[in-house]
Amino acid sequence: MKNMPDHRKNAVLDFSCPTPLSSYERILLAHGSGGTMTHRLIRDIFLKAFRNDHLALQHDGAVVGALAGRLAFSTDSYVVHPIIFPGGTIGDLAVNGTVNDLAMCGARPLYLSASFIIEEGLEVSELCAVVDSMRTAAAAAGVTIVTGDTKVVDRGKGDKIFITTSGIGVIPEGITIDPRSARVGDKILVSGTIADHGIAVMSVREGLEFETAIRSDTVPLNGLVEEILKASSDVHVMRDPTRGGLATTLNEIAEQSNVGILIRQNAIPLDPAVSSACEILGFDPLYVANEGKLVAFVAPHDADHVLDAMKRHPFGKNASIIGEVTAESDQGVVMESSVGGRRIVGMLSGEQLPRIC
Amino acid sequence: MRFLDEYRDAKLAAHYAGKIRSIATKPWTIMEICGGQTHSIVKYGIESLLPEGLTLVHGPGCPVCVTPLEMIDRAIAIAERPEVIFTSFGDMLRVPGSKKDLLTVKANGGSVQIVYSPLDAVRLAREFPEKEVVFFAVGFETTAPANAMAIVEARRLRLNNFSVLCSHVIVPPAVEAILSSPEHSIRGLLAAGHVCTVMGYHEYIPIASRYRIPIVVTGFEPVDILQGIFMTVKQLEEERAEVENQYSRAVRQEGNIPAQELMREVFEITDRTWRGIGEIPRSGLRLRESFSDLDAERRFPVADIHSQEPAECVAGMVLRGIKRPYECPAFAVRCTPEHPLGAPMVSSEGSCAAYFQYGRVRHEEHA
Repeated sequence: MKNMPDHRKNAVLDFSCPTPLSSYERILLAHGSGGTMTHRLIRDIFLKAFRNDHLALQHDGAVVGALAGRLAFSTDSYVVHPIIFPGGTIGDLAVNGTVNDLAMCGARPLYLSASFIIEEGLEVSELCAVVDSMRTAAAAAGVTIVTGDTKVVDRGKGDKIFITTSGIGVIPEGITIDPRSARVGDKILVSGTIADHGIAVMSVREGLEFETAIRSDTVPLNGLVEEILKASSDVHVMRDPTRGGLATTLNEIAEQSNVGILIRQNAIPLDPAVSSACEILGFDPLYVANEGKLVAFVAPHDADHVLDAMKRHPFGKNASIIGEVTAESDQGVVMESSVGGRRIVGMLSGEQLPRIC
Repeated sequence: MRFLDEYRDAKLAAHYAGKIRSIATKPWTIMEICGGQTHSIVKYGIESLLPEGLTLVHGPGCPVCVTPLEMIDRAIAIAERPEVIFTSFGDMLRVPGSKKDLLTVKANGGSVQIVYSPLDAVRLAREFPEKEVVFFAVGFETTAPANAMAIVEARRLRLNNFSVLCSHVIVPPAVEAILSSPEHSIRGLLAAGHVCTVMGYHEYIPIASRYRIPIVVTGFEPVDILQGIFMTVKQLEEERAEVENQYSRAVRQEGNIPAQELMREVFEITDRTWRGIGEIPRSGLRLRESFSDLDAERRFPVADIHSQEPAECVAGMVLRGIKRPYECPAFAVRCTPEHPLGAPMVSSEGSCAAYFQYGRVRHEEHA
């Protein structure tokens, strides 16, 4: 995985905490009291990591300069367990997730807020690892974390740490990306292998061991989006298929644009190790979460051009054209299977449960 | 993926689909026994490759689907006890009991855990000696050997806080029950490859001759299934009724002898109620008397729990191949994977769930 920031390779081992909060190894309720311990926590960990003029003011909010053009605004909460997993941490997800949501609106992400709900007893070293990964992720995405909040809840009332990030971005002139604007004939591109994140988290959570380590794909997609938008002015829809996977995202777009979608199983990029893990667990990779992939609906005359642009970018090198938009809106999403049969790809119902045999 | 991609090859699939079309002269009805096969059939759109008139009906081979309501209710009663850690394979958790499912027990604060192997349940019993760890032992001959191994292991470790709620079923008596009913129209059977990996296929030889029906032991990938269908149709067209083995890369006639011995050591044959079908004599496995101290039904007071199935669910007719899922008035209306009325809508191997997920276009085309 070259081109990845270094911290992703070894989130824990590489990390050195800015200041070990003097004698405390774990977060205490008092760290959320608003008193001196809260101040020290903010100063020694958050301010140090996210260092910028907005935060340094320690004001109630960030005051930023006037932004030209239409604004995109998005928010998301992150509650993943475990908080550190192969390929990333909850901190990477919190930054990249909101950056990607803004990017899917066609926006250039600029500013983020970050709120932390920390469970009493979290090891300070783990908090440091998470915060440090946020710092690196924000730098990689070119965004600034300008405001934030910290709360501490009783042990047992949380799951180590929950993070909420919100973000603001500016949409350049002339760009309209909207889940309602898929058109019949549009080609559907996916930027790389699917299901990596969900299986990576699942495998640590359940203590499953595979011969090759499966890593989360969490990355910021704003750079890739810029390349896509440079390559074509006829990009109609972009989405990042996170929770619910590719199938859920395609269903949402089909419904919102009132079109049908035909995809080909053989064209969908899938890592062999992830594919094997899905076989063993009885999961359909189409429904497994991604954190660093996007789907783009592009006018047919520009599809190859956009595909080339994606493949030139490190986060799009496995991009593929997986299907097209059809007029059969009553069928929703249909997949041509690897043996040539056709089937409906519906919305995920409930959650995927590992099967008996 | 090696050993899988070869059996998902479009050219090979087209080859067998063509061969089936070239030899089929009558509208044969074939039942695939195993839910895994049903799922592949619907997921890969195999029916759309078959000639008009050749009908596949889906059999009772979904362990989650056939586990009786009563047993689910007993599982729930045990899981609700504060001293219990209840362990189960994942897809049992959403199966509706009379009033709730195991996921609801978990949401209400009960300790219900998904395990991937019965040995994980044994490990939990060692880790939490102050808790009672109960494993829900369900499934066909495929899961029985591993479950037997966990029971033997628990005995070896002298664990007195481990027990199993046993609802194992075996395939051949159910097949006979279906074939001996006057309602069925089944002319050929695809036997379940994985069950035969353990048990072999000698048990099916008398069934094939008694009911004059071809039986082909078949795998689970699309090319396996198409080849299995081809072999079955060929027998029908040639008026043969034999047991043949399509899944020869995994199945031998005698099966896996050590696995069978382990099963015999721990389990004995018993009568068993199949959800939606009713009681089938000698179709289940229960713990032998020598292991009865590990029987959760004896350890916890659940023997008085008796339950009736909801009248609207036609699961029994679906499981016997008399009705197809979309012929049920509740299908996709009042019965969905989020709110299942019956178990075939729950499990990834249940035929109702398979049709709900993948097959709605096709039944609308037929309607």
